[in-house]
Amino acid sequence: MAINLYYYASPATFYQLSGKLIPWFGWSAAILTLIGLYISFFVAPTDFQQGEAYRIIFIHVPAAWMSMFIYLVMAFWGAIGLAFKTRLSFMMSRALAPTGALFTFVALWTGALWGKPMWGAWWVWDARLTSELILLFLYIGIMALWAAIDDPQRGDRAGALLTLVGAINVPIIYFSVKWWNTLHQGASIKPSGTSMHEAMLAGMLIMAFAAWFYTIAVALYRVRTLIIERERNSEWVKALTGK
Amino acid sequence: MKWAGFSQFWAMGGYGLYVWGSFFVTFAVIILEVYLLKKGRVQTLKLLKRMRNFENEA
Repeated sequence: MAINLYYYASPATFYQLSGKLIPWFGWSAAILTLIGLYISFFVAPTDFQQGEAYRIIFIHVPAAWMSMFIYLVMAFWGAIGLAFKTRLSFMMSRALAPTGALFTFVALWTGALWGKPMWGAWWVWDARLTSELILLFLYIGIMALWAAIDDPQRGDRAGALLTLVGAINVPIIYFSVKWWNTLHQGASIKPSGTSMHEAMLAGMLIMAFAAWFYTIAVALYRVRTLIIERERNSEWVKALTGK
Repeated sequence: MKWAGFSQFWAMGGYGLYVWGSFFVTFAVIILEVYLLKKGRVQTLKLLKRMRNFENEA
């Protein structure tokens, strides 16, 4: 590989690079959101079974995907950090957690608002919903653990370990609609194809990309703050904050 | 245009509360996250500056 990964793994270099990338990801997210909202409300047709209520899907599904995906990325960075003792990997993991918790909350919230008119209940203790709720508790638990341990290096390792153990919950969420009888509908998008209208699918995918870019922008922003906090005694941060 | 007017758009076929409750809360928490992020950064920079000044005086 031509790119020297060790070069970018240095917090000082990454701080500069990420600062340049944030506006690109942020603006891409904003533009994609506008396009996605337009499709969600003005292009996608009314559902023949659920009427207009189904439009919650344009938030609910991307949020649910992100809640699981962000967790796996956190676990990945935690594993890399434990294996290679790279400081930046742990910081990436920490920077992702609040946004992961946010999307998990959004998936549960929009799910409740969708469940009420369709199932007649805000909440049911079924496999899909319960495992997603456990995901929210995992995010909160990991953040609380980090907050409780003053020594950053020890906190990093403990948090990474808990993240990795909790990763078992992600396939459980994903396959819950297959493994157990549940009120929640199965996946609309499968490797074998999709059962959705084109405009509905397009709106959902665009919103998912918007959520992706938003997550990258926000995580990079948060990791930059973490970097200057941790590296506060290094010369480059001293130069940045003024002599 | 698929909506006859704003009131129809707002009503969402009788599901207005659920649809708008989903979209507005989602955007509210996103705005809150961005606000907290910016605030956190400003506070960290202030703290580091103060530490720097303290060191320089000592």
